[in-house]
Amino acid sequence: MTAETVATEPLLKVRGLDKHFGPVQALYQVDLDLPAGQVTALCGDNGAGKSVLTKCISGVYQRDHGEIFWEGQPVHIRNTRDASRLGIETVYQDLALCDNLDIVQNMFLGRERLRRELLDEDSMERAAARTLAELRVTTVRSIRQPVASLSGGQRQSVAVAKAVMWNSKLVMLDEPTAALGVNQTKMVLDLVRRLRDHGLAVMVISHNLNDVFEVADRIAVLYLGRMVIQAPASVLDRQDVVEYMTTGRLSRAGGQVKRGAN
Amino acid sequence: MARTEAPNLPPDPTAAVEAAQAEVPPELVAQSLGEYARAWVARARSGQSGVLPVVLGMVAIIIVFQAISPNHVFLSAGNLVNLFQQSAVFMVLAMAETFALLLGEIDLSIGYVGACGAVIAVQLVQPVTTNWPWWAAIIAALAFCAAVGAVQGTIITRLGIPSFIVTLAGFLIFNGVMLILLLLGPFSGYPNLGAQSDNVKVLYNLMNGSIDPTVSWIAMAVIVIGVGALFWFGDNRRRKSGLVAPPVSLSLIKIGLIAAAGITVVAISNVNRANIGTLEGVPWVVPIVLAVLAMWTILLERTKYGRYVYAIGGNPEAARRAGINLALVRTAAFALCGFTAGIGMLLYASYIAGMSNNVQGGQYVLFAVAAAVIGGASLFGGRGKALHGVLGGLVIGGIYNGMYLQGLDVQRIFIVTGLVLLAAVTIDALSRRGGGAGAMGFSR
Repeated sequence: MTAETVATEPLLKVRGLDKHFGPVQALYQVDLDLPAGQVTALCGDNGAGKSVLTKCISGVYQRDHGEIFWEGQPVHIRNTRDASRLGIETVYQDLALCDNLDIVQNMFLGRERLRRELLDEDSMERAAARTLAELRVTTVRSIRQPVASLSGGQRQSVAVAKAVMWNSKLVMLDEPTAALGVNQTKMVLDLVRRLRDHGLAVMVISHNLNDVFEVADRIAVLYLGRMVIQAPASVLDRQDVVEYMTTGRLSRAGGQVKRGAN
Repeated sequence: MARTEAPNLPPDPTAAVEAAQAEVPPELVAQSLGEYARAWVARARSGQSGVLPVVLGMVAIIIVFQAISPNHVFLSAGNLVNLFQQSAVFMVLAMAETFALLLGEIDLSIGYVGACGAVIAVQLVQPVTTNWPWWAAIIAALAFCAAVGAVQGTIITRLGIPSFIVTLAGFLIFNGVMLILLLLGPFSGYPNLGAQSDNVKVLYNLMNGSIDPTVSWIAMAVIVIGVGALFWFGDNRRRKSGLVAPPVSLSLIKIGLIAAAGITVVAISNVNRANIGTLEGVPWVVPIVLAVLAMWTILLERTKYGRYVYAIGGNPEAARRAGINLALVRTAAFALCGFTAGIGMLLYASYIAGMSNNVQGGQYVLFAVAAAVIGGASLFGGRGKALHGVLGGLVIGGIYNGMYLQGLDVQRIFIVTGLVLLAAVTIDALSRRGGGAGAMGFSR
């Protein structure tokens, strides 16, 4: 492992997590580290358990066995509200934005600020503008334009800004670039890097290895519900990741060396 | 990567922008209002072209009916006040329906639920039977309507039955209930507001009473100055603190329009419109409609509840994930819908000075939906304002009134109104398609 990951306790640590749905075992003894200030890419084929693992962390599902440590302390995340309280936010693939509401309204949906029982639009607009400026989401024409009029990349940016607005420490992005073109993908990956530079832990679920190698500091691969490798992105190459994703292990001789190094 | 940027480019951005700009009033473009105009264009492109179409429709109605009405009576003071009184019922019912439409639902029962409320109020104030004070009768009527709405809303949200079916059942049920309520007491099914008691007169005056002309002017001035000041200082504060705000010129235009509307309404109403004797002043119904408009505008646009209604109409799943209690917001919206319908049909009862089994509850529902949609609300949820109901109500009232002046029979009025509803809904569906394109990323 590289020095920086050893030096500090990861923000979120998953140990021996099991999850089954009826007779189907979705996750077996999964370990995962999500350190602050780093982007961790979670890879895996369809059905490998990426979504289930994400949902166990974000409180949508309850784990059967295993432990989750947050800043070193064991925590029990019973629902999404528990997760938000800790500072865990998830941006799902469908983004969960209301097209008919504007950017400010979307960012504060469900957490509106009030003044004398009425909505405090001024204060919400200022806070939203500040967050967008910090993340350098500057391509939107007006913060008051309805989300329906935004491009795919802008919508993704708004969804991410909405997630980080609440002093969140860990942001999990589900396939953030799946529906985007080249320029828009670049915009979102830049945003992901900025989150990392702000000291957040970021987990990106992605199928797209181009994106993974462009942005990830660490790569974790799930195969049929098992975590088959977690390593710094620098010690893996594309071929290794594909092999882990499709077979769950590395057959080439060089791979063993790499694995040992980690 | 195999993906290309092409699908994310606007098909022809300049054409789209020009098309949208064509709808902006030219005086706004001329002053190059920059950021605001661009936000407006974005709004128009996503299907929210605002009140412009309905205003154009209104102008067309005025020109056509003024030209063809016998002796050009359409724009006479007497007819305009009458038109406003007729429209008031449509306006309030449209505001009621807006609550259901915003959620992407529909309430077909409001005509008869409101009518039941009206019958309750008319029955309760009868001196020979219960003789309740007018305010207690109104409270009872509106409480009944709100409760019915809440029950229907509960069935819709908790059991997951489509609102169309639940309220269609309600339509039939409350038609029956209304007929039963009408037969109570010694009125042979026609309880009326003709009694010479001050208490009953209050209900009669909701629609037929007029405010003294001088008082009308003063009250109008107070309201215009008050609302104008609210806009002016609100916009100013936002401009000063660097928030998104309309430019000064637009604030002034808005305030000017409000003042013009106020002066016009009072000036027309203060003309003596009686054939014999004097009948002048602003009808009571004007401040009543304004009060309902103000109440629901504040609720929908300035409170958490209103924001949640729009959010659910736009994307229920997003609203649910934001922690919003969908069932509660929806049920309350149906209760508010029933409550407002009660106000609308009380005005109707006042207009015809009583209640009878002639109430066309089904027709009124369609007028209400048509008015809301013509005004700018969407049948697909998430878009619409209380103001849209008022403007649409005026259009429907204008068509209704104009055709009566032509001496058209009721069957032709039905056909024309149906066609207008169909046209409004078609425009709504087409503009939604335009908005959908924006949502797919066809913009920069």
